[in-house]
Parts: sequence; C-alpha cells; structure tokens
Amino acid sequence: MANGVLLAATGEVGKGFIQERSSDTLPCQATDKLFCWEWASEHIDRYATPTLQHLELVAISVLIGFIVAFTLALLAHRHHWLQPPLLAGTGVLYTIPSVAFFFLLLPLTGRGEDTAIIALSAYTLQIIFRNTMVGFANVPKAVVDAARGMGQTDRQILWRVELPLATPEIFAGLQVATVSTVAIATLAAFAGGGGLGEPILKGGISFKTNLIIAGGIAFLIAVILGLVLFAVQRFLTPWQRARQA
Amino acid sequence: MATREAGVIGALLLNPPLASIQGAIEFIFTPQTSNVTGGKTVGGIDQVIELTLSQLELTVFALALSLVVAMPIGLYLGHRGTGELFATVIGNAGRAIPELALIAFMAALIGVGVLNLTIALAVLGIPPLLTNAFVGIHQVDRAAVDAARGMGMTEFEILRKVEIPLAIPTLFAGIRSATIAIVATATIAPIAGVLTLGDFIINQNVYGDNGVLAGAILVALLALTLEFGLASLQRRLTSKGLKLKPA
Repeated sequence: MANGVLLAATGEVGKGFIQERSSDTLPCQATDKLFCWEWASEHIDRYATPTLQHLELVAISVLIGFIVAFTLALLAHRHHWLQPPLLAGTGVLYTIPSVAFFFLLLPLTGRGEDTAIIALSAYTLQIIFRNTMVGFANVPKAVVDAARGMGQTDRQILWRVELPLATPEIFAGLQVATVSTVAIATLAAFAGGGGLGEPILKGGISFKTNLIIAGGIAFLIAVILGLVLFAVQRFLTPWQRARQA
Repeated sequence: MATREAGVIGALLLNPPLASIQGAIEFIFTPQTSNVTGGKTVGGIDQVIELTLSQLELTVFALALSLVVAMPIGLYLGHRGTGELFATVIGNAGRAIPELALIAFMAALIGVGVLNLTIALAVLGIPPLLTNAFVGIHQVDRAAVDAARGMGMTEFEILRKVEIPLAIPTLFAGIRSATIAIVATATIAPIAGVLTLGDFIINQNVYGDNGVLAGAILVALLALTLEFGLASLQRRLTSKGLKLKPA
C-alpha cells in the first residue's frame, strides 16, 4: 500500500495497478476511451478484494460508531446537561476532514486499517447521536405520561415506548451515516486502509475505466445499503405506513 | 522502479515513521530541508500560508458555483412546494458520491486545474444546498405566507421577505455542510494538479512525516475555523432576521 501512496505522491500515477500485471491494457489506455469494456470484463475480478475490504471498513466503522453514539445518546437522554458538550464534541469530530483525521492518528496508530476505522467511526458519531436525540425529542409527551400512568418504570418507558417511537429517526441517522461512510471510505486508501480507493490511487487519474469501475462500485454499494436500511426501517415501523395510508 | 520501492520499504523499516507534534509545529513555522528536493527547503510559514490560501480559494470558488446552481432551484421548488422527490433524491445521491473517484474522474475527463476542480467540488456542494433550501422554504408556516400574500406581496417578495428569513437556520445548515464537504475534499486536490494543504499530507516522501502531521493539523484547523465562522455568522443573521420580521 505504501507503494500506491508513493506512486500517487510522486506524480507517477497511471502505473502500477494497471500496468504491472498485464501489458495488454496499454492499447485501451492509449485510445483514451471513456470506458473500455474488454479490459473491464477481463479484469473485473481484481476489484473483488478492494470491494470486500471496503464493505468490511464500512461495516466495522458504522457498527462501532453506532454502539458509541447510541450509548452516548442514552446517557444524554438520562442526563440532559450532557447534550450540549456531546453535540459540540461529536460536531468537531464530524468537521475534521477525514483525510486529515487519518493522518492526525498517524503518530498514535500508524498507517493501516485500524486508523481508517477509528477515523470513519468518529465521523459517524455526530449523525447517529443527533438523530437519536431528535428521535427521543419527537416522542409525544402524552405517550410517555400514559406509559408512566400504566405503572411503567423509566427503563420500561425507554425500551418499550421511547425507543420504538424514535426508530424512524434513529434509522435515518444510521442510513445517512452508512451512505456517507461508504463514500468517505474511498479516502481510507491514503492511510493504507485499503478499500476501493486503493485501485483509484494506484491506477491514477489517467485510466478512466478503472476510475469508473471503482467509483461506480462504491456508489452502488452506498445506494444499495441506503435502500436496504430504508426498507428495514419501514419493516420495523409498520405503524408509520398505516398512518400514511 | 523495483529498486526504488525496495529502498523506500527498507528506509521505512530502518526509520519507522516518528512524527511528533513538536516536529509538525516546527515544520509549520520554519522551512525544513527535504532529502528529495535536491537541497530545497520545504514547509515553513510562507508555504503554509500559500497553500492555505490556495485551498480557501478553491473552496470559495466551488461554494460560489454550487450556490449559484443549487439555491435558485431549491428556493424555487421550496416556494412552489413541488419536486420534493427530486430534492430528496439529489440529497441522498450526493451523499453516496465517492469523493476520491469523483475528483479523479473529473480530472481524467476534463483535465487537471483549478477550473475543473472547482466544478468537481461544486458537485459535492450542490446536494446539501439544494435539499436544505427546499426543506427550509417548504417548511415555512403556510399561514405566514398566506398573510404576506394577503398584504399584497408579490411571490418574489414573499420569498425574499418572509420565507428566506424564516428558513435561515436550515439554509445555513446546508451552506455549512456544503462548505465542510468542499473544504475537506479540496484536501485531495493535489492528485488533480492543484496544490492545497493536502499536498503536505499526500506527498509524504517530500515533506516527511512531520509534514504529513502538520498538514493534517492545518487542514483540521481550517475546516473547524470555517465551521465556527459560519456558525457565528448564522447566529447573527438569524437574530437579525427574526428581529426585523415583526417590524
């Protein structure tokens, strides 16, 4: 991976990933076609590993981000004074550009997947935390009062009333976080984290077919995961559909 | 090629990356000698200022372009209350665009340079601006709009004097998201031929590990400064707008 970074860094892009393995790709690059079907159909298999790495980066980062942000949201729900500092803190993490974040971690965690995962999950915190808080805030006061009147404890109210009613917002946060993370994970290659950014960095900006395949796969993953999470949310909150109908 | 790589890997094994905050701060303020530029110095406050200005310039151009494209459409659709699906789809699709692929592809398609990067970065700014403009205007209390219409305001006056002031928080949230997305992605502009602060980060072999860390610190500070600046601007504009409204 250091190889890829250095190639991009010294401006000798367009070499390595494409040329090191087969010389028969040269005509395709030379003709400067927008998309080279022959090359694509022959070499599509080399995107399998980056794609799997990409999915792994996203899955682990969003999972960690969700666990941390959700826990923080539960804490802030119980202790309201925690809300402003947590919003500000996650906001700062969200604002730091991911490329910078990867390299701020450099002295601590070095280059590699761990660094990428830490930065990517830190990025999701703000979105998930804020959406969860909005979800709690949108729960009608009357419903909580009714639950309390029925003798439910705070814990029961939280798990049986507030969380189910906040599900749409929580899932919306999860969806936005996942889709953004898929897109941003292409930058993980700068930090040696692999993923679909790696073929882009190694292939350089001169070979469009490579850019379209790698970028296209990342875009498709983002769109598909977004739709899947939307479908899951609809499935989990049938009362919303009933209200709309 | 192979020997150089072997050399680089060997060097990394012998001297593991040891970036330090002190080293990075030194790099920011005083030029350092680099072993690949043939005795020329790198870093130092002059180069830092130059690259910061370059990144800001790129950000401002791209933000201006995305504002010009997205705002009229978002405001118009929000005012008419139509095109909700369009605004939502644009907003969601925009989030799914992989930045690195976009920058690289635009550079491959139309060449490297400031103009092309401006267009590529504007593509990232348009979705949040358009969606927030639509949502902000659309959610303005219809009673306020009807009252304005009843007072004889034209459609344009309603937009300018009623809907936009009331939508300022949402509009600004869009501007902030767009700015952050653009300035963050402008960090990788050096791969498409425009030197920004990201050059320190991407060209580790020129600037060294202290340069990389310095670049990361500077980029983070730049983004945070813009975010806080826009947030305080938003607070000012909001209070003014709401104060002016009853008058």
